[in-house]
Amino acid sequence: MSNVLSIQNISTFYGPIQALRDVSLEVNEGEIVTLIGANGAGKSTLMMTIFGQPRAKSGAILYRGENITALPTFQIARRGIAQSPEGRRVFPRMSVEENLLMGAQVVKYADYDSQLKMVLELFPRLEERFAQRAGTLSGGEQQMLAIGRALMSKPKLLLLDEPSLGLAPLVIKQIFGAIRSLNRETGLTVLLVEQNANQALRLAHRGYVLVNGALTMAGTGAELLAKPEIRAAYLEGGH
Amino acid sequence: MSRLLRDVKDSGAVAFMALLIFAPFLGLQLGDSDSGNLTLSTRPALLAAAVGLTFAARFCFLLWEAHRPPRIPALSLGLAKSGKYAAPALLIFAIVMPFLPGIKNASIDLGVLIMTYVMLGWGLNIVVGLAGLLDLGYVAFYAVGAYSFGLLSTNFGLGFWECLPLAGILAACWGVFLGFPVLRLRGDYLAIVTLAFGEIIRLVITNWVSLTGGPNGITDIPHPTLFGLKFSMAGGPGSFAGFFGITPSPSQRITYLYYIILVLALLTNWVTLRLRRQPLGRAWEALREDETACRSLGINVRNTKLTAFAIGAMFGGFAGCFFATRQAFISPDSFTFMESATVLAIVVLGGAGSQFGVVLAACVMIGVPELLQGLQIYRMLIFGAALVVIMIVRPRGFISTRRPTVALGKAKPISADLIAQGQG
Repeated sequence: MSNVLSIQNISTFYGPIQALRDVSLEVNEGEIVTLIGANGAGKSTLMMTIFGQPRAKSGAILYRGENITALPTFQIARRGIAQSPEGRRVFPRMSVEENLLMGAQVVKYADYDSQLKMVLELFPRLEERFAQRAGTLSGGEQQMLAIGRALMSKPKLLLLDEPSLGLAPLVIKQIFGAIRSLNRETGLTVLLVEQNANQALRLAHRGYVLVNGALTMAGTGAELLAKPEIRAAYLEGGH
Repeated sequence: MSRLLRDVKDSGAVAFMALLIFAPFLGLQLGDSDSGNLTLSTRPALLAAAVGLTFAARFCFLLWEAHRPPRIPALSLGLAKSGKYAAPALLIFAIVMPFLPGIKNASIDLGVLIMTYVMLGWGLNIVVGLAGLLDLGYVAFYAVGAYSFGLLSTNFGLGFWECLPLAGILAACWGVFLGFPVLRLRGDYLAIVTLAFGEIIRLVITNWVSLTGGPNGITDIPHPTLFGLKFSMAGGPGSFAGFFGITPSPSQRITYLYYIILVLALLTNWVTLRLRRQPLGRAWEALREDETACRSLGINVRNTKLTAFAIGAMFGGFAGCFFATRQAFISPDSFTFMESATVLAIVVLGGAGSQFGVVLAACVMIGVPELLQGLQIYRMLIFGAALVVIMIVRPRGFISTRRPTVALGKAKPISADLIAQGQG
């Protein structure tokens, strides 16, 4: 298993406030890795730091051995890393099709049709909504669109920031099912940030726990699920 | 009953505000006495009439609002859809207008003026409507275009057609030049800096007397020629009238100017519509929607913004060049903030992003004040009131719906087994 993403001792600050403390994690080829943690733990900050917004103050981020810590954001995206951002951030006044086209801006046009076919097979719902404005979609559909848009760039590594946020259980199940089948069938490597620890740990091969900007635990999904402190903090007593 | 009381109170409050505003404007009048001194007289009857009218109008409006039928959404869709038929009809009208019977030179001249603003509106629409970058200093590029032509023609003897592309290129360069420092700014902050940029350009032009002539401006800017033929009133060889053997008349030159600006404006529109369907234009619109999302999709936000500034500025430069050749005289007075505000108002009133909306708005903003000339001092009052009414009735501009740039897929009915999807 080769290493896809290697985050080495990064620290990130928002002004004087330190959001990430010396965080290191690895994502290997073909893995689903999840990062769980409470609100404000720094999960999304880690996700955005990978994309250089904000930049890590110290440490290094390696993508397939290349140091991408100082690259401009759009260059990072062009290396084959795609992101479904927190809060979906679809382009509300543009149609579903235009949103998907935006995802494909960085790839060769020849790849567009095959990627579109793949995305629409994964989320048939998007095909029905193809000409509709993205802002009029339901939350679940918008999440599908955000993931679909990220997939349009034919990524090697997919970053998902809280895809389950604010969605009904049935829809969460479906989106997680889509992530699993993507991973199994195409071997796509996924880094999943989640508050929904239970489902995320069941889906992922490995997981990390982030508390107050620092990693406190790591292990396989099943190992973490079995740990009493995880159960107490994230699974029981309501997440 | 309590509703009626509330309406009366509301109308009373509005009437009181009207009293405060109208008391100095209508209630007092300055005049000359026989001995040449200023006299101050009061006009209580007029003031009472104005305040009473305001009260009655407000009261009627409140009554109407309580009883009006629910809004029909088809109305707003209708205006957007009407563009499909109205736009070609308007285009045909614009093409044949100078040759319609009963059209005077003044009408063609008004057409030139409106068309200039349509072109400016379309140019600014790229920056504001598509890329979502609020630009309050668009007049700067208009000025750069005009002065480029003015200076090149008076110093180097270049004609309109040689200078037109140069003016566009120079304005585009200034667009990039302005774009760089404001790349990181958004919304209000961007607006303030662009506003300052517009003023800086105007002040430089005013004060750099040795180059630009300062407040005296540049005179004797040549009129455009048709393949070397001049539109001179003297006629003779080398002139348009002489070549075709017809009597020279001022309407020939005005008609020629009209078609130049028509073609330039249509060029602006055509380029914009083409770009909207290209990855670049789509990136502009995506940038307007969400800059952060754009960046993480691999869009080079810096270059995308700069091209929007540059292309928008280029069309501003073309329009400026045309303005200079039409007026034959330019001075800093033509490039005040008022111009930027007018063009921005055209874009916003049209419904930012809509090409057809800009045309409608330019006709209203430029055409209506001209048509109301006969009403003299009440002209701007009526015009202002009309704008307020438009913004109440159509708060998002004439055409606020956005048509997708691609329409390959069609919405299908939802099949039962998919209903479970995406109900979140």
